[in-house]
Amino acid sequence: MLKFCMRIFSLFALSASVLFFIFNSAFAGNPTKVGFVYLTTPGDHGWTYAHELGKQMVEKRFGSDVKVSVVENVPEGPDATRVIRELAKQGNEIIFTTSFGYMEPTLKVAKEFPNVKFEHITGYKRSKNVATGNIRFYEGRYIQGVVAGLMTKTNKIGYIGAYPIAEVIMGINSFAQGLRSVNKDASISVIWANTWYDPVKEADAAKVHIAEGADILAQHTDSPAMLQIAEKKGALGFGQSTDMSAFAPKAQLFASINNWGPYYIRKIEELKSGKWNTGDGPDHWAGNDWGGLKAEMLLISKFQNMPDSVAKKAQEALNGLKSGKINIFAGPLVDNTGKEIIPAGKSLDDGALWGMNYYLKGVNGKVPG
Amino acid sequence: MDALILTIIATSIPLLLAATGELITEKSGVLNLGVEGMMLSGAVGALGAVLWLGNPYFGIIAGALSGIFMASIFSIFTINFMTNQVATGLGLTIFATGLTGLAGAPLVGKTVPSLPKIEIFLLSDIPFVGEILFKQDFIAYLSIAIIIFITYFLKYSKSGIVLRAVGDDHQSAHSVGYPVKKIRWYATCFGGMCAGIGGAYIPLVLTPHWSEGMTAGRGWIALALVVFASWIPWRIIVGALIFGGITIAQLVGQARGWPIPSQILSMMPYLATIVALTMISGRISKNNSVVPASLGKPFFDTQ
Repeated sequence: MLKFCMRIFSLFALSASVLFFIFNSAFAGNPTKVGFVYLTTPGDHGWTYAHELGKQMVEKRFGSDVKVSVVENVPEGPDATRVIRELAKQGNEIIFTTSFGYMEPTLKVAKEFPNVKFEHITGYKRSKNVATGNIRFYEGRYIQGVVAGLMTKTNKIGYIGAYPIAEVIMGINSFAQGLRSVNKDASISVIWANTWYDPVKEADAAKVHIAEGADILAQHTDSPAMLQIAEKKGALGFGQSTDMSAFAPKAQLFASINNWGPYYIRKIEELKSGKWNTGDGPDHWAGNDWGGLKAEMLLISKFQNMPDSVAKKAQEALNGLKSGKINIFAGPLVDNTGKEIIPAGKSLDDGALWGMNYYLKGVNGKVPG
Repeated sequence: MDALILTIIATSIPLLLAATGELITEKSGVLNLGVEGMMLSGAVGALGAVLWLGNPYFGIIAGALSGIFMASIFSIFTINFMTNQVATGLGLTIFATGLTGLAGAPLVGKTVPSLPKIEIFLLSDIPFVGEILFKQDFIAYLSIAIIIFITYFLKYSKSGIVLRAVGDDHQSAHSVGYPVKKIRWYATCFGGMCAGIGGAYIPLVLTPHWSEGMTAGRGWIALALVVFASWIPWRIIVGALIFGGITIAQLVGQARGWPIPSQILSMMPYLATIVALTMISGRISKNNSVVPASLGKPFFDTQ
């Protein structure tokens, strides 16, 4: 009897799913189908949440002209290949894969679906139908450094990094440049969490930094845990990826906000008008669309919990970066062991940023590995 | 220094509670690999309750109830329907990860008041020691009380001896007339309660917000901790403090620039567990009583 029921049930499920697909494909067609692959869920309040906001801007801008499908919680690796392929099969015309680890899976699936456009976020490999997009996150960190240098009383800055990769290291170095532009006595200690996302570990790292005397905290991990600890213990810090002031109204000095929406909208418009291309930027690590404050892919939230004089300095740094007056990695640059990186009169180019495996002056210790 | 020790204690408490609960469950012969899932549901339950009712103490109760709820799902399958315990436990964790993500969606972006610290009169004024031992929150005191209770319970009380008998040889226990299934139900639910409170500690004290999968593998460490403690309650305190201590030492080492790669320190707790396992299996030949003999075996009362 049970077996019979099971058979009936599976038959029913099978026919329902077949019907669903027939129905689905019969009525689709007109709107542009857009796919998104998320690493975690928008519930992280950080990286993925910023992409979610971008997706919402796309939906708002195009309305019923687009049909957006999202797959959340996709681990980087073989599972990603399966998910991206599925999205391509379902007829999505452009697919945004929003984490570094999706690079190889995206390229692999792109080869199988030459008519589908792929946008890989933060990768460096491209092909005919794979473009890459990234944000100059490090620009926001320069301003963080300026504010930290003016606000610190102990001259100790605690920094929580995810993994010692170029993207995170250039953020630390940019922070150090901002810090030293206003305060030559302060220095940065770095704790590597070896994870992008583990609220408890991030909180522990923040507690350790504070116990070691740091009064300003910065993070390159995804959850608001660090700021919550800062709030509780009376320290100050910076929000990451999204405005986290709701979690730490007294502790957040400002947040660097990732603004993906305009980029997504531009690429979808290009697709609709048949002008989509993989961009014309130089062939270096960052990919071809690497925008920062000037392109408004990176936004700075309200300056708060700081005196007006500091906010003014921060605004000056922001304006300087936007206008190009401030060149963060202009020579002379010396690493923290005293070795010269680049002489006066020259500055690091984008390629050199993606090769960073050293700390600049102002950062303690050395890059692991 | 005392700030660091307080951090170590705070990090250890979720592990301590979850491992204690699992110890009782395993002593009754049930291997519940769903600790991670039960902790997650405790966390989301606690946060929901605090947002709804406003008082962090309700969070503890809600965390415990959520843990018990998950444990009863596990019990129905493994004890009543006699499914494979390993598979069901893994399934429970995967199920709970999804369920808590769904249940936690409306909680995203909200913060709650933390559990207050309770200062014990006079004792908390003792320098250093008072700061560390007698200025803790309710759950910290509760977890120590639970450890003391189960040490006594397992060793001296009749029910505790019956529980161990069920875990060591369920057929004999059954033939003497003890209700094996009922006892295992209680033990599993106790495990769920402790894991739930352990999970609740994370949003109530450590990071007062909800984010999906926020236990980040602490349930698995708790499972390792039971083995590390070789099923002896007080050793869980030692084990949890070592696990917590190494986690923090690893972070301190980086901040201070110690020349030890942090990965090696991260490895240590697991290495210690393997060493403990090896030592236990070496001892089994002499003394058979360390591992509950019926652990992981389903009980068929028709045999």
